[in-house]
Amino acid sequence: MMTRRVFLKNGSLALVSLGFAPQFIARAAEVAQTRKKVLVAIFQRGAVDGLNMVVPFGEKAYYNARPSIAIPKPNERDGALDLDGFFGLHPRMASLHPHFKRGELAIVHACGSHDETRSHFDAQDYMESGTPGLKSTRDGWLNRYLHAKEHDNASPFRAVALAPNLPRTLQGTAPALAIGQLGQFGVRAGMATEMMSTSFESQYAQAADSLLRPTGKEAFDAVKMMKEANPAGYTPSNGAQYPASAYGDALRQIAQIIKGDMGLEVAFTETGNWDHHANEGSTQGQIANRLNDFSSAIAAFAQDLGDRMADVLVVTMSEFGRTVKENGNRGTDHGHGNAMLILGGNVKGGKVYGKWPGLERDQLWQGRDLAITTDFRDVFAESVTKHLGARDVSKIFPGYAYKSPVGFLA
Amino acid sequence: MTPNAYRPFRRLAALVAVAGLLSLTAGQLSAQRDSAVPGKPDVKTITHVLNRVGFGARPGDVERVQQTGLAAYIDQQLHPERVANAAMDARLAEFETLTMDARDLGEKFAAADQMRRELQRQQAQQAPPPVTGDPTMTAPPATPPRQPPPPELRMLQQQAQNITQELMQAKILRAAMSERQLEEVLVDFWFNHFNVFIGKGQVRQYLTDYEQNVIRPHVFGSFRDLLGATAHSPAMLFYLDNFQSSSPNAAVMISPEMERRLNDPRLRPEQRRQLMQRLEQMRRPQQQRPQRGLNENYARELMELHTLGVDGGYTQKDVIEVARALTGWTIDQPRMGGSFLFRSQTHDATEKVILGAHFPKGGGQEEGERVLDMLAKHPSTARHISFKLAQRFVSDEPPKALVDRAARKFLDTKGDLREVTRVIITSPEFFAAEAYRAKVKTPFEFVVSAIRASGATVVNAQPLVQAMQQLGMPLYGCQPPTGYSMTADAWVNTGALLNRMNFAVSLVNGGQGLGGGRGGRPGQPGQPGQPGAPPNVVGPLGQPGAPAGQLPPNPRPRPNQPQGGLGQPLRPAQMARMPLQLDMASLAPDTSEATLEKLIQTILTGQVADTTRQTLARAESPQQLVALALGSPEFQRR
Repeated sequence: MMTRRVFLKNGSLALVSLGFAPQFIARAAEVAQTRKKVLVAIFQRGAVDGLNMVVPFGEKAYYNARPSIAIPKPNERDGALDLDGFFGLHPRMASLHPHFKRGELAIVHACGSHDETRSHFDAQDYMESGTPGLKSTRDGWLNRYLHAKEHDNASPFRAVALAPNLPRTLQGTAPALAIGQLGQFGVRAGMATEMMSTSFESQYAQAADSLLRPTGKEAFDAVKMMKEANPAGYTPSNGAQYPASAYGDALRQIAQIIKGDMGLEVAFTETGNWDHHANEGSTQGQIANRLNDFSSAIAAFAQDLGDRMADVLVVTMSEFGRTVKENGNRGTDHGHGNAMLILGGNVKGGKVYGKWPGLERDQLWQGRDLAITTDFRDVFAESVTKHLGARDVSKIFPGYAYKSPVGFLA
Repeated sequence: MTPNAYRPFRRLAALVAVAGLLSLTAGQLSAQRDSAVPGKPDVKTITHVLNRVGFGARPGDVERVQQTGLAAYIDQQLHPERVANAAMDARLAEFETLTMDARDLGEKFAAADQMRRELQRQQAQQAPPPVTGDPTMTAPPATPPRQPPPPELRMLQQQAQNITQELMQAKILRAAMSERQLEEVLVDFWFNHFNVFIGKGQVRQYLTDYEQNVIRPHVFGSFRDLLGATAHSPAMLFYLDNFQSSSPNAAVMISPEMERRLNDPRLRPEQRRQLMQRLEQMRRPQQQRPQRGLNENYARELMELHTLGVDGGYTQKDVIEVARALTGWTIDQPRMGGSFLFRSQTHDATEKVILGAHFPKGGGQEEGERVLDMLAKHPSTARHISFKLAQRFVSDEPPKALVDRAARKFLDTKGDLREVTRVIITSPEFFAAEAYRAKVKTPFEFVVSAIRASGATVVNAQPLVQAMQQLGMPLYGCQPPTGYSMTADAWVNTGALLNRMNFAVSLVNGGQGLGGGRGGRPGQPGQPGQPGAPPNVVGPLGQPGAPAGQLPPNPRPRPNQPQGGLGQPLRPAQMARMPLQLDMASLAPDTSEATLEKLIQTILTGQVADTTRQTLARAESPQQLVALALGSPEFQRR
């Protein structure tokens, strides 16, 4: 054991010899060896109008119910972008249309939670906890996934939310990071950053505390990995251009972590402002702008990652859909079924999945909303089993009997 | 820390115990049996008590307790009314919304809400009024106006926000400053036990009332009273949906007024038809209208979390029966800060069997009270509550013997929370060597103890409110009814540790980098009138909170700019403007060995690892010295 005096004499030299640098390198090498499968979850908070996002233009009832906000048919001016002769993408989602046509993008429609709540709060809570109707679930389903597939030498960047706070989905006892800006990750003490960081590092590395020591070590490994990745010097590949929004920025940073081979497995980000009760707009206006931002960021992400998209699966979600009929304020109110987008990996795309329940009055849920024919947990369960390789989803979605995949993954 | 480290502590405890036994008569012996408070405690023991019974020691606290005597100090803390608190009262006097009643507070929120709605209506392109969009609880239309809101609206919204800000700031100030430390620990504990979440609908406007009038008055009182207060509180009724739970058998609700009009013989056929149409509309499922029928949420959490505990011996059938008994427990005018109301029209008046007890039909509101009586005195409840208290005060896995004794006291005293707490904080287990530094501080405990240890004066608590977001424990921001975890596993992870080190750095810089400080919005989950906003998202470091997707474009990451920080200590003039004021002259005037030793005594009291000592010795400025102490592994425990 080094005495204090010796330590002081040797100063920073002693710190270098404490031996964490090799471990950090070993860990970085370990994660780099195996190109990990990555799941990117995107939450559209506020309930996107799924019927204007993935438009059932083949339904007469759609146009009857929405005199001022419907998206025109594909052959009309500024019409929907035809997917399969019945559904079309909103015209401001043109950046994603080629992905569908190339078979990289799949959609599950009439999807969601069977719980009948129309409260944003409860529905988001349930979608993130993965236990609709049960409020006291402490952890989120993505965190339970991390437990279901634990490994010993997991990267500190295994689960990252590009958000200032850890979302409910990732909360729980498995380690997960919330990072607002990659460049801000680490000890920040201005001019004294180096000195403070090194000092804290040695405090934790040598602590007798059996809980704080390994976690502290891991934290400084993570800081070094991030430094190595040099987030400030990042340029997206293949000419990808992310939209200038916080959400676009978040996706760009997720791409950075993936390309930096930092052992990422689960990423989360979110995009807000979908609650269009008034003046929703149709091909122009509020929803058009939001969908443009939403899809151009995903398209830029896919372009940026290029071939790496083979390892990546992007899944989008929103707490519930909106009323079929537009309201008196040319908006829509809280509804039920919605659409989820799945891009990348081994997606069997070019297809809209799920049984379409129809929009005639007697086909609607409670006489007003798109019915649900696919439980959202089926989409998540298929993603974590077939893409991430989890074997058993019974602990990830307790109490839910997952029967068979929807089929959007090969 | 080495295993040896505990030895002196343990030896002392044993000595004290022996000495105590020798000097006591038989009568005293039985009275003292539960109390293991050492008569001549060392500094470490006193620090232990200050860390557990309160939020840690301020400079000088240990000496003060030495003078008072440890047993006397603990007894005072159990009787907060005996502890003078003038400085605290003076400081809180500036927060005028803390003492306003629920209705006045509710009206402030309602005023802002109504004006926003009105503006939205006007902006809806002269469209006809909404056919749906019933203005009930959860979600007012959230489309933000395209133009910036007019000043009148901004003012009203600011007033409403001010209420939440004051509550949050007061929470931090109280924990940091109050002489009645145990009271603040217990208010925090019991709020968390009966958790409600700020981001759910109207809960925000009931929060101040909930903490002040529902939780606080009962933390040294009877558990039944506390349970009853929460059961009647609009915050809880709203948060766990009981306010909209109604008997599935109940007819469509007809208000007495409507009933009178329908029965009025002078009613013209056309008027009657209109009334019937309105009734018909109420029958239909409608946007944001409470779903008719039974809602089991509150009944389930009442038993699982508030009373019996998850293995407390109830069934799903009991959940339904309790839910039925509590139908009709609702809120009068929830949007206007209204209070508890028992609405017999929606109450299920049929007979019930709950936990084997028979409840005859027609029990009315009294039936629910009887259910609460039964739950409050149930042995499972005694055990569940005792376990949680012991987990807060002693260790993550509290000794069974202690939990048993506390539960026995709970039953013997009919749930006297002062006495149950006393049993725990005067127990041998509490003073045992194993308990020393056995708890990892939660982020809240960390932040407050750091302020106390450094002797910082909080000029503006808002940046600290925002720091709580950063540290993953936003105030009043725990979404599930479980409340925040009190155990180490939830709070020890890589991101959390780095955040704590950064907090320590910011603290010695007067709060620089903690965000806010400009009177910006509190970093609170879900902005008012933004139901679509994520419930737990605020702006990144240094920016006032704003929901994702609405942040100003910020496409490029900012490189890690050196910003003065600890390399260049703030000039006195700069320091004077900071939200936190540190008296460095008395805390750490220099980086000499003497200062270092003193700091280790005051901040890290007890065992300090060699490495920690060495890093402190390398500090280049007093600020670095303090930051390294506050960010150290030792300081993360209590």
